[in-house]
Amino acid sequence: MKHTLTPQRYLILLAVTLTAPFGDALLTRGMRDIGAVDLHHLGLLWHALFNPYIDLGIVLLIGFFASYMTALSWADLSFVMPATAFGYCVVALLGRFWLHEQLSVYRWAGILLIVCAVGFVANGPALTEHPELNRMDSGAAR
Amino acid sequence: MIALHTSELRAWSCIVAVAALAIAGECFIAAAMRSVGDLDDIRAQSGMGGAIRAVLTSPLFLIGATCMALNFFAMLFTLSAVNLSLAAPASASLTYVGNAVAAKFFLHENVDRRRWLAVLCVCGGVYLLHK
Repeated sequence: MKHTLTPQRYLILLAVTLTAPFGDALLTRGMRDIGAVDLHHLGLLWHALFNPYIDLGIVLLIGFFASYMTALSWADLSFVMPATAFGYCVVALLGRFWLHEQLSVYRWAGILLIVCAVGFVANGPALTEHPELNRMDSGAAR
Repeated sequence: MIALHTSELRAWSCIVAVAALAIAGECFIAAAMRSVGDLDDIRAQSGMGGAIRAVLTSPLFLIGATCMALNFFAMLFTLSAVNLSLAAPASASLTYVGNAVAAKFFLHENVDRRRWLAVLCVCGGVYLLHK
């Protein structure tokens, strides 16, 4: 099993962690300019694509997608997902201090619990070993 | 009172739809990346173009990317009706729980007792977010 990650791979996980919450926050800021979208006015979603906040959010989310796929090529899905949990804290801080949303004590506690759970999981190995695949690989190498 | 329940039901329906699309997308993409192999190795051998080609020619990736694109528009729709500080953590937490189940049964990952316990903690976190 791969227990350790190189500094470059930690940087990729950091990119996954930061780009998603900043991208989501920018999308929210842009959607506030667009207004509420309902089933009868889905065309507003097209207009949203011309909002600079939405565009920057999309760029960040593309960066997230690229770094996320890179991480999935050398780690389990159930490892990568929790390893990005710090994003929850970033979202909460952005919501509170940039978008001026109210966060109750319960929500802070919920976010803290999720981060604890995620840190708990991320302590394990990054990749599941599949013995049958390894046997096939070593057999092919011979 | 009824209007309050209706808006809450609508908000959580949006959040669940976002999570379901994300789970499907991430499982397909994880399966695709597993079949493609380590992108660092591919990039070292074939360059960035080879790595991009390896990813884009995977049918599993295309299915996953379609689900993620639908997830993106569902998230836009949701963010117009629900606060970011509820929508983002709640949908992400539900996605995490669903991913743990999908990783165990579809991707055959080693989701051990510690990871299941973490799933329960995440459920508790989602409850607190809703409270």
